[in-house]
Amino acid sequence: METQLVLEKWAGVISALTIGANKEDGGSRANIVRIGGQGSLPLLFKEGSIPNRPVIAFEIWDTPPQDWPDDLTSAYGKVLNDPFAWADKCVNELKAQLLCVRMQGAHPDFGNKDPGEAANFISALLTRVKVPLIIIGSGDDSKDNLILPACSEAAKNERCLIGCAVQDNYKTLVASVLADGHHIIAESPIDINIAKQLNILISDMGLSLERIVINPTIGALGYGLEYAYSIMERARLAALSGDKTLASPFICFVGQETWRTKEAKAGYEQGVIWEIITATSLIQSGADLLVMRHPAAVEKVAGYIDSLFNK
Amino acid sequence: MALSGLDIYKLLPKTNCRKCGLATCLAFAMQLAKKALAVEKCPFISAEAKTILEEQALPPIKPVILGGDNLKFELGNETVMFRHEEKFRNPAALGFIIEDNLADSKIRGQIEKINQLKFERVGQLLEVNLIAIKQNTGADRFLEVSELVLNNTVLPVMLISGDIDALKQAAAVAAVRRPLLYCATKDNFSQIAAIAKEFQLPLVAAAQDIDELAHLTKGLNALGIRDLILDTGEKNVADKIWDLTQLRRQALKKSNRALGYPSLAIVDKTDPYEEAMEAAAYIAKYAGIVLIKGLESWEVLSILTLRQNIYTDPQKPLQIEPKLYPVGKTTKESPVLITTNFSLSYYTVLSEVEASKIPSYILSVDTEGMSVLTAWAAEKFNAESITKSLDKCAIRDVVVHKNLIIPGYVAILSGDLEEQSGYKVIVGPKEAAGIPVFLKNLN
Repeated sequence: METQLVLEKWAGVISALTIGANKEDGGSRANIVRIGGQGSLPLLFKEGSIPNRPVIAFEIWDTPPQDWPDDLTSAYGKVLNDPFAWADKCVNELKAQLLCVRMQGAHPDFGNKDPGEAANFISALLTRVKVPLIIIGSGDDSKDNLILPACSEAAKNERCLIGCAVQDNYKTLVASVLADGHHIIAESPIDINIAKQLNILISDMGLSLERIVINPTIGALGYGLEYAYSIMERARLAALSGDKTLASPFICFVGQETWRTKEAKAGYEQGVIWEIITATSLIQSGADLLVMRHPAAVEKVAGYIDSLFNK
Repeated sequence: MALSGLDIYKLLPKTNCRKCGLATCLAFAMQLAKKALAVEKCPFISAEAKTILEEQALPPIKPVILGGDNLKFELGNETVMFRHEEKFRNPAALGFIIEDNLADSKIRGQIEKINQLKFERVGQLLEVNLIAIKQNTGADRFLEVSELVLNNTVLPVMLISGDIDALKQAAAVAAVRRPLLYCATKDNFSQIAAIAKEFQLPLVAAAQDIDELAHLTKGLNALGIRDLILDTGEKNVADKIWDLTQLRRQALKKSNRALGYPSLAIVDKTDPYEEAMEAAAYIAKYAGIVLIKGLESWEVLSILTLRQNIYTDPQKPLQIEPKLYPVGKTTKESPVLITTNFSLSYYTVLSEVEASKIPSYILSVDTEGMSVLTAWAAEKFNAESITKSLDKCAIRDVVVHKNLIIPGYVAILSGDLEEQSGYKVIVGPKEAAGIPVFLKNLN
């Protein structure tokens, strides 16, 4: 008697989107990054199409980071004081496919950069490096409503991914992203209902669901990782069953969450492996974009992704 | 798939004889479906129906016990594909492979290290579970190393050998500890089944292909062996995840008894990071046992923490008793820090307060296990609930000062809390990591 395999048939598919615009698309990026498009649960290659790999973005800041532990800062050295040199290092030396730039310097407590300065910074960065960009605000809502539109305009037609829109502050960002041809990150606090609701609100403003990436708000390994893990699994199951309002790729801020844990400060290997396992566990639950910090962790996770996809 | 009440009803005599104590056979069927009554309550049930119903009452993934009377644990007995549906029940066992061709001193060192791999995290003890002894040379050496391991650890053991005689000798020596035997294949299964039967031991059944594996377990069942663990052999990670997923689906979605056993995955990587990534992947995706070689505590801690996360009950966050906890040699002058009764919040604050070496009180407020911000948003962590907790622990009898330290993220509570509690509120750091510096600068 033959054992019949149990195969799931899915009606839905995760939306696919491209970050970065090259010359043909009216931008100036040397490469572009495609994510999403899965017709299967993560890593179950025999059950449906998984056209794109999870992609790692290096996180850089527009200002020297203050609270990064030594094992992390020593991996970059002096370039942390010069965002452009930092970006160069990520692209040229560490072979970053895309960068995630955090506009921390615009935060009222960290430099209070004005919208003009923020826009100039993005323009200069786009000239300096040719990889696609993810642009993240400073975390101060009212300030971000001023600088992100300026950044968006400065990067017009470069098809960046910009965030984060939240349930009670999304309109300004959606309008900018629409006007300048970018994609948006919709952030929800480990809550599948809010994720769905926010996607609907954004698409009601005319930005199509295919241009949204969900930030499910993750916790690091040992710090609530399992909450995001399960929210992502639930959202994927709903999306594959046909719910288009949850069929967005996921972005996970792995580095940010890992490097504030106690373990990340408990020795080089402990910190690096903490970022690695946080990243790979979220790949298992559906992460499409991983924003990471430590080059050694990135290297290992990239190798793991290769081993999963080069079968 | 479980039988419904109606499916069960079709198997009953349908005479409504009331001997089972219920008015109708249908009512009895409904109770059986809920597993509230035993089949034996029906005196007229056919033998055939009884077998079907008894089988249906068994867990879809057979619970298998590893280890002897002194230290044992259960594997299997899982009921869902995804952890949001219901808690994953029996955490994957993490085991270490010891090669028998190494020198005794080296092996002793490894065992010593494994014995010490224990970590306390969020109030739970994280432990490793198993030592697997692998034969690479002669039968005598395998026996010798097996004895060395048995004499130097209390952990359950597993015996890995392709040599039936060597396996039998080692099994005899280890019998009281109920070692797991590795492994039965289509070529040796009757011989190895004889050993498992003689010493009443659990056994790994191995085949590359799951259809072949199902044939093998049926063959072993026919020889009276029922405590089985499944292995689909060495594969790349994605294929292994596919196999583990398929085995779980076979058991849960098709009630395929031949594949309804816990599974095993062996990681064969020398780089500790690569080894940890692979081990973590198998733990998240259904493995009952994961074997590795790496002994670095930073590697093992990361794997065990992932296991703790995946096997946490999604409906019931880990929480601690809400009360006032003194840390260190507290006095009536010691500072009072306020947090929630979510284990992660409490233990994170606790470890930082301990690190500061400044004796303090931590008041854990009953937030039903929610974290600081979640509880604040749900109005479980506010001026009322904090004031109530302060009254309950009679804080005014414990300290003479009138200061409270609250988490930086809920600075917004300050005004209300000062008003309601009559205490002065000091806003602490947002992240627990800032506590030591904060406490040192407090005065």
